[in-house]
Amino acid sequence: MLDLLSNNEYSVKKNVHSYRQGDLFIAHDVNSGSLHILDEDTYEVLKAVEELQEASKQVNEEGIRQLLWQSGNQLTVEELSEIVGELGELRQQGTLFSREADQVLPTYPEKPIVKAICLHVAHDCNLRCKYCFAETGAFGGSRSMMDLETGKKGIDFVLDLSGHRNHCEVDFFGGEPLLNFGLIRSLVEYGRKAAADRDKTIKFTLTTNGILLNDKIQEYLEQEDISVVLSLDGRPEVHDRMRPFSDGRGSYAKVTPLIKQFAAKRPESSPYALGTYYYVRGTYTHFNPDFDQDVLHMADLGINQISVEPVVASPEAPYAFQEGDLEKICEAYDRLGEEYLSRRGQDKEFNFFHFNVALDQGPCMIKRLSGCGAGHEYVAISPEGDLYPCHQFVGQEDYKLGSLYAENPNQLKEEIVKSFRSAHIYKKPLCRECWARFACSGGCHAANVSFTKSLTDVYTLGCELQKKRLEVALYLKIKEIQHNHNPLSLV
Amino acid sequence: MAKHIQTIVKANLSSTVKTGGCGKCQTSCQSACKTSCTVGNQVCVK
Ligand code: SF4
Ligand code: SF4
Repeated sequence: MLDLLSNNEYSVKKNVHSYRQGDLFIAHDVNSGSLHILDEDTYEVLKAVEELQEASKQVNEEGIRQLLWQSGNQLTVEELSEIVGELGELRQQGTLFSREADQVLPTYPEKPIVKAICLHVAHDCNLRCKYCFAETGAFGGSRSMMDLETGKKGIDFVLDLSGHRNHCEVDFFGGEPLLNFGLIRSLVEYGRKAAADRDKTIKFTLTTNGILLNDKIQEYLEQEDISVVLSLDGRPEVHDRMRPFSDGRGSYAKVTPLIKQFAAKRPESSPYALGTYYYVRGTYTHFNPDFDQDVLHMADLGINQISVEPVVASPEAPYAFQEGDLEKICEAYDRLGEEYLSRRGQDKEFNFFHFNVALDQGPCMIKRLSGCGAGHEYVAISPEGDLYPCHQFVGQEDYKLGSLYAENPNQLKEEIVKSFRSAHIYKKPLCRECWARFACSGGCHAANVSFTKSLTDVYTLGCELQKKRLEVALYLKIKEIQHNHNPLSLV
Repeated sequence: MAKHIQTIVKANLSSTVKTGGCGKCQTSCQSACKTSCTVGNQVCVK
């Protein structure tokens, strides 16, 4: 079995991620997606194999034992060969040391098929959140509202460009989209009808800060089955520091009761954002690396679909992560994982978005290679009708894909479409070697571009966080399966 | 029964290279400002 590992073409580090989480030693076979629990000796053996490979040394039992002895593990020859035997069996089964599938790249029709749009219905905001990439709603331009004509053209655009796809997604975004609620109503009505005329359906989502979420609007969202993403950062002091009104007052006291009220209307919301769902999402920054406390704060409020994510900020921003934060953040994920487990089935249990991994119904390899689809499957539309690869690129001239008011609005700038389509994991040197590649898909293009100025170089702090939450997520999956005494077999 | 390793999930992700790619799934954005749906957190709708 060790012969496989001895030739340099199979890198264990890249293809088998073994790590310690909570009370478990875990091996994740990256290419098959299989998961194993190891005993400590086996874990150390795998780590020794990695080390030998890294040092370009021969991988054999002798070398492994030598390394283990150096670290005080006196594994006997018999024990080691027993372990190697078991590893070999799993390799035979294809659940460990499995080969990477041949590189099959996603193929796309020449003309992009756009299945989702983000409509920036208002480039204005009633808050002044400090980390907002939209520069408090104006996106580097002046404050503006989308008009009905542009909105309708946007809907026609996605219905046209979605080709044979029957399901389209439209997200109302801003700024604060509820500042233009009248338009939202008109577009939902228009969109439903226009979609039905073509035997299609549109799934609408609204991303809001909650300030204007009054009874009337809540009722409307319920009636129309609109999914809602609500922003709340957690504890009052954390939220208020980053999400003030223009006069500096915090917004926690205003939005929290409204968000709670709305969340209570959707108790059955899908943790995988299927159907009509709600999610409460927050951002953590340098100021709250103990963001697990913010998640728990929200869970204690009765909010149970939660997503809290790392801020993406330029390094000079006061809230940008600094040296030393990473360790604290990782500890926060560890604590959160344990708390998540202990609250399962109890009062105040919660879902944390990044801990969801649907191993059994996860997406196919092709999807995993291609990522978010920004710039070809997903397009953002500014209030003026300009088209951009995604909401984060709105206002960046270099990335403008076209305009709804161009002679041919359905013609997207080819070179940009191409550059986004080809920014998949095989084109990114770090991703090719990364164990998280099939879960992560190469990170967020917008974050990558803003940190590295390139679509194919990645934002490495983002990578560390991505890998950490994946480690916890896989651990939780194992715990859940252990709890149900029911190993999963998907082959 | 294996003494040192316990398999919890047996999967064969690589095989979906052949079966997948229908494109019916939701888009997945992983930025902090949106629904934040990393591919790994998604489900297949097929
Ligand atoms: S973006 Fe980072 S974490 Fe994601 S696959 Fe690439 S290297 Fe890995
Ligand atoms: S580039 Fe980033 S922000 Fe834009 S859609 Fe993709 S993951 Fe989301």
